[in-house]
Amino acid sequence: MFRFIVKRLLEAIPTLWALVTLSFFLMRFSPGSPFTSERGIPPAVLANLQAKYHMNEPLMNQYFHYLWDLLHGNLGYSFRFSDYTINQLIAQSFPISAEIGFWSFLVAISLGVLCGVFAALRQNSLLDYGVMTFANIGMVLPNFVIAPLCILFFSIKHHWLPAGGWNGGAWQYLIMPVIAMSTSYIAQIARITRGSMIETMHSNFIRTARAKGLPKARIIIRHALRPAMLPVVSYLGPAFVGIVTGSVVVDQFFGTGGIGQNFVNGALNRDYSLVMGVTILIGTLTILFNAIVDILYVFIDPKIRL
Amino acid sequence: MMTSKEKVAAVEKFAGQVVEVEGRSLWQDARRRFFTNKAAVVSLIILAIIAALSIFGPLLSPWNYADIDWSALSDISTLGRPSIANGHYFGTDPLGRDIFVRTMQGGQISLMVGILGSFVAVVIGTLYGATSGYLGGKVDSVMMRFLEILNSFPFMFFVIILMTVFGRNILLIFVAIGAVSWLDMARIVRGQTLSLKNKEYIEAAYACGVSTPKIISRHIVPNVLGVVIVYATLLVPNMILLESFISFLGLGVQEPMTSWGALISEGAPNMDVAVWQLAWPLGFLVVTLFCFNFLGDGLRDALDPKDR
Repeated sequence: MFRFIVKRLLEAIPTLWALVTLSFFLMRFSPGSPFTSERGIPPAVLANLQAKYHMNEPLMNQYFHYLWDLLHGNLGYSFRFSDYTINQLIAQSFPISAEIGFWSFLVAISLGVLCGVFAALRQNSLLDYGVMTFANIGMVLPNFVIAPLCILFFSIKHHWLPAGGWNGGAWQYLIMPVIAMSTSYIAQIARITRGSMIETMHSNFIRTARAKGLPKARIIIRHALRPAMLPVVSYLGPAFVGIVTGSVVVDQFFGTGGIGQNFVNGALNRDYSLVMGVTILIGTLTILFNAIVDILYVFIDPKIRL
Repeated sequence: MMTSKEKVAAVEKFAGQVVEVEGRSLWQDARRRFFTNKAAVVSLIILAIIAALSIFGPLLSPWNYADIDWSALSDISTLGRPSIANGHYFGTDPLGRDIFVRTMQGGQISLMVGILGSFVAVVIGTLYGATSGYLGGKVDSVMMRFLEILNSFPFMFFVIILMTVFGRNILLIFVAIGAVSWLDMARIVRGQTLSLKNKEYIEAAYACGVSTPKIISRHIVPNVLGVVIVYATLLVPNMILLESFISFLGLGVQEPMTSWGALISEGAPNMDVAVWQLAWPLGFLVVTLFCFNFLGDGLRDALDPKDR
């Protein structure tokens, strides 16, 4: 078991390296530089700027320079906000995104699984149809639609919640971002859970458990839930990526100042180091999270033996 | 020579008698199953209507998608209201452009991106998956390892970088979206191929000396087509969502062209004064996505009856 965990985590390293390399060269080969502006910069100033950011050196040197800095946890300087390092910019915005993401993930899993299990246990009942209708609607409503609808309903019409901002993460400011982020994942997880739960409840070992006369709650919790969770666990990876990506939209609408805002601004300003920093951070998290999901899978799935 | 001709004639005569017992192919079976599924058939009809509207709808309106109605521009929230009289059936956008025509034109883009994007994904994914599964062994494990690496990339971010780096270009949207969406397809096709490749007819083809590329393209791919079609149908709504997400961020299609995502992002800030600017494109988007999902479910039930 321990060996598997170590191996799985070591496997993440080449992936990470590929990620860094690909994004580095993609950004460097792009037309236009962060210093192109409408007014133009005097050549001497430009040369100084380029020297400051090592941009006058050969590409390979720049690349190794970047890797070396990265290994020391240093993501470089922002090309646009001259007073900030990328580390500072990320340190400012990441906790916000992490908090929204954490709650969205928690809500998506708990509500999704709960809805799915109840729908499966009362298959073809009114509850089931209700959950499935919600799931179908939730799946096709993109988060950039849910967000303005939330604002319209909660803020403009009823004045229950503030329309945007962060305010240190007070709960009123958290509700709408979490709704916008998690709805489609609640829907997906509910669908997946319902499907696999129905399948599990029809399997032989559940019939055996029932024949033994176990109480229903025990059958569901001890016997059915674990195998039924397998497809849900393998969906967690994509869901995580989706929620991270969703932060781009949520930041846009609610002005929460999370990492997505940094990314979009960085991409529009050609702020290479900021975009790279965010991409690498998110890539690392994604890769780590996928590894954790794989490890979790081994724990849950009784068919996998190490 | 003479005898063989006689034999052919005899066989043909015999065949002529047998024809009366009409066989039903698997595809015909599937079609029958599909047409008994009401939700799927209704979805198909609605989709056909939406597609036809998107293509021919602009002809019904006196306006063009780039025209600005200067007379409505002074007060969009009252003069830009949906009305039959001034020809703005769905109202106008903040710049006085007709929402009906723009929604239809956006529909063309969204549907095209959805269908072409999934086509790209399907072609790459099917070939990759079939090759990997059929060749097996070392090649398979290397190809799958590569897939895993790609899979742990935050691809949406790469698409955004691509769009900002190389500028907004419709073709690039297709390629970018298609190229990041083939991973699941490849995995599904590989799984199917693994179960197919030990079948007798593949062995027979191999024994006849059919080359590997030909076995893959002529024998493996047609047999995984059912699964591929189902998955492609379910991929289309995802593609449309992806495109509208990119357009929503302002990185998608170039003005004055538009897409549903771009229209939604323009309409959203004005929804408390001019709700039609959000409602129409949103309605079309949601109905289309709904229909594609139902269609995909229906096709899955029809083509893959044991998979329930």
